[in-house]
Amino acid sequence: MEPMACQWTDAPHSMGTTIMAVEYNGGVILGADSRTTTGVYVANRASDKITELTDNVYLCRSGSAADSQVVSDYVRYFLNQHTILLGRLATVKTASTLVKELSYQNKSFLETGLIVAGWDKYEGGSVYGIPLGGTLLRLPFATGGSGSSYLYGFLDQAWKSNMTQEEAEALVVKSISLAIARDGASGGVVRTVTINEEGVQRKFYAGDKLPLFHEEIAPRPTPIHAN
Amino acid sequence: MDFSNFQAPGMYPYHASSSSKQAEKSYVDHPIMGPHNSSFTLMPEAPSKHTKYPYVTGTSVLGVKYKDGVLLASDTAASYGSTVRYKSVQRLKAVGKTTALGASGEISDFQAINELLDQLITNDYMWDDGNNLGPVEIHNYLNRLMYGRRNKFDPLWNSLVLGGVKNGQQYLGVVTMIGVHYVDDHVATGFGNHLARPIFRDEWRADMTHEEAVALLEKCMLVLFYRDRSAINKFQIANVTEAGVHISEPYALQTNWSYKAFENPTAGAVGSW
Repeated sequence: MEPMACQWTDAPHSMGTTIMAVEYNGGVILGADSRTTTGVYVANRASDKITELTDNVYLCRSGSAADSQVVSDYVRYFLNQHTILLGRLATVKTASTLVKELSYQNKSFLETGLIVAGWDKYEGGSVYGIPLGGTLLRLPFATGGSGSSYLYGFLDQAWKSNMTQEEAEALVVKSISLAIARDGASGGVVRTVTINEEGVQRKFYAGDKLPLFHEEIAPRPTPIHAN
Repeated sequence: MDFSNFQAPGMYPYHASSSSKQAEKSYVDHPIMGPHNSSFTLMPEAPSKHTKYPYVTGTSVLGVKYKDGVLLASDTAASYGSTVRYKSVQRLKAVGKTTALGASGEISDFQAINELLDQLITNDYMWDDGNNLGPVEIHNYLNRLMYGRRNKFDPLWNSLVLGGVKNGQQYLGVVTMIGVHYVDDHVATGFGNHLARPIFRDEWRADMTHEEAVALLEKCMLVLFYRDRSAINKFQIANVTEAGVHISEPYALQTNWSYKAFENPTAGAVGSW
């Protein structure tokens, strides 16, 4: 049994992942699953892939866990200094451009797809997608990670512009849940972060509370063996 | 203030000063304070990157000269492998008042080229000397840029179409990722070379009006939509005349699928395709 043991104990930590961010009128909603894998083993079933860059700008991370962490650490460090220098909150555009610079200038070393989203007083809510290669695109909504493959068709139909906060949140939770249902590299819980003028709010949707889809069944209410 | 001993904590994997540089107090080679090409790497003293591969890519760009100027055309798609991932990406850009640039290939590299050109044009403007960079100069600049990167085995993964008008003269050229460059009356990148150029060779004329030239481009873009899997039915056209550069809003073309032969193609040979 030795060969099997080595395969996943040595594999790099990867967040296969489903991540997404949606702009609604008033702010943004970021969403992600919580599964981190090393090969086929689930190293962390409750990861937090939505990382703070500043008070008003957050980052969704996918791909290599190490690469995305180090990029986010550098950008948080730079933005911290930038905020002190500027004397006011950084803009989402500034944060996104810094993330893009690191991704683009180190494209041959990095393997991480990122989504930057937040709120500032100039643009309101904004979402920026930064896929592999370091392209920077401002978008009404963005998806990423291996699970996002399963969402193109769904979102082509379900996304609409000018959603309310409730509609946007529901769309994010449903999307991540659908991706978790089909993508082996995504799973666990759904985390969302809402950012608007008032501030930041984190929500947690437990894995057993997510909607059930095709061929999934509800758990039995109590365990068979009582003691 | 003496910055020669400055080193941001934990920022670089290598020590900024090797033994041979210990005597120097200057910061010529310093990762932050020394002169560098404004790139922002995590590994400044690592070996240079080698040939990469593209991730997010645009497909064909077409270009034609006509009576009053030059037209460039492209769709608004950026693909991620076989997935058409982004469907509202502008792959045409105005460069100053005289020139338009269209790019196929890696979009992040196109964005970097745009940044460089913006700086170039701004600098040119600030000279305020009555001269401005025209399409010939931009073409040459881009050629040197692309060829230089190719020589370092670190190409900008794009094929560029450059169209412009200066002093009444139309100019239309191409630069590829390996530094191949040329001018012609009609040009294309990628798939466009195989599907559009033959149509251009048959139907292009130097004295075409704007409407005729647009019609010719639309005919080719429709063929590309039918036959290029990375193409979508959403296009933009850049029009460059003596008056300046105008890039249209995205629009779609009417497609035709109503051929009798399309309705039941395998009726006479069940199982065929």
